[in-house]
Amino acid sequence: MSDTTPQQDFFRGIWRENPVLIQMLGLCPALAVTNSVANAIVMGIATFFVLTGSSLLVSMVKKLVPGEVRISTYILIIATFVTVADMTLEALVPDIHKALGAFVALIVVNCIILARQEAFASKNTVGRSLLDAFGTGVGFIVAMLMMGTVREVLGNGTILDGTALRMKVIPGNFEPWVIFVLPPGGFLTLGFWLLIISWFQKRRTERARIREWPEGVAARKEAA
Amino acid sequence: MTAPAPFQPKPDVPAWRLLLTLGLSGAVAGFLLVFVYQLTLPIIERNKAERLAAAIQEVLKAPDHYDTLYVSSGALTKALPPGADPGKLEAVYLGYHADGTRIGYAIASQEPGFQDQVRLIFGYDDATKTLLGMKVLESKETPGLGDKIEKSEAFVSQFDGVEAPLKGVKAREATSDPHEVDMITGATISSRTVIRIINDALERMEPMLESYRAAAVPAAGTKAGQ
Repeated sequence: MSDTTPQQDFFRGIWRENPVLIQMLGLCPALAVTNSVANAIVMGIATFFVLTGSSLLVSMVKKLVPGEVRISTYILIIATFVTVADMTLEALVPDIHKALGAFVALIVVNCIILARQEAFASKNTVGRSLLDAFGTGVGFIVAMLMMGTVREVLGNGTILDGTALRMKVIPGNFEPWVIFVLPPGGFLTLGFWLLIISWFQKRRTERARIREWPEGVAARKEAA
Repeated sequence: MTAPAPFQPKPDVPAWRLLLTLGLSGAVAGFLLVFVYQLTLPIIERNKAERLAAAIQEVLKAPDHYDTLYVSSGALTKALPPGADPGKLEAVYLGYHADGTRIGYAIASQEPGFQDQVRLIFGYDDATKTLLGMKVLESKETPGLGDKIEKSEAFVSQFDGVEAPLKGVKAREATSDPHEVDMITGATISSRTVIRIINDALERMEPMLESYRAAAVPAAGTKAGQ
């Protein structure tokens, strides 16, 4: 399985195989807690922490864990990290912890994390598993930020509301589109992002085809 | 294409190894969690106490000091009943001016709102039966509509000086009745919840407040913030 370079291990998760936007995993937190940038960042960091910790530990103990009980062991490891993250957040950022509600505890069943353990960390070295976890974790934070920024700007007219860095980005008489901080806004925002991304991907494959076989594409255009 | 062979556990993994793996990881996880719990618990408790103290300061308009009165068997008592956990008993907070005169009580209460339990604290002067202020402690009301019960200055400021029992009215039907609170357009249920919580809490507490007022001679209490 060493057919990828370390750079690929890292960057793959950020964009080309982004867990939320491309693999469509972890949509539940991406829809539920991205109604403000602060919530999105804290949720992203908590998931990053759990993912990195679990990948590190799973890749370290992969030889010791018999295959029959591997999933139970992974879940146990993940649940431990989640509970640690939950208690730490409650102590450090009580307001955001309250806003995230049950979704911190639900990181346990976030399929991004278990998928990385089963598909990567349990088969690769500690170093590569860490790189993979970093990349996927950053990719998740990027996706959460893309959702959170759009929703907070349109739905509340601010960025980082509720923190010391609060900025009012839409001045004047703008009436916030409240729907964007409500659940339907999550679906709308995700839908538009996916639309933009798949449009870019389609354009890219089209261009690659023209590059590889320009005469054929031109001939087909003429025929049409 | 042949169907994949059913998963066969390798015969060479004995049961004790499976048990040992899960048992060991469970034990390690348990120890780690206890350790982090012990580490974070005091900080979490302190955050909660600080938030409550700040809310009391706000709804009683910066009292010089206040007493914590516990609700025990239908009466208010300053002394903690023996064997009771102070965190589990309902409590009201009696604030004083610097010269020892009473400001009023801060009473916390909760009831279901539009989404979830709404928990709030309000200041109440039992001598004039007037509210001093209201602050929502916990709510998950709809952002942009229901959450105005805590974010709208116009709504929150009405609870300073309104007389109990409260009566919610639509803003355009408002008269000069001192019991009236203008409700928020688009957040009728959330507004009613706030009014209901306060009225219910007062109905429940009023006899206790009165008997405490009759019995107790005002004495110096603990300093504010303790």
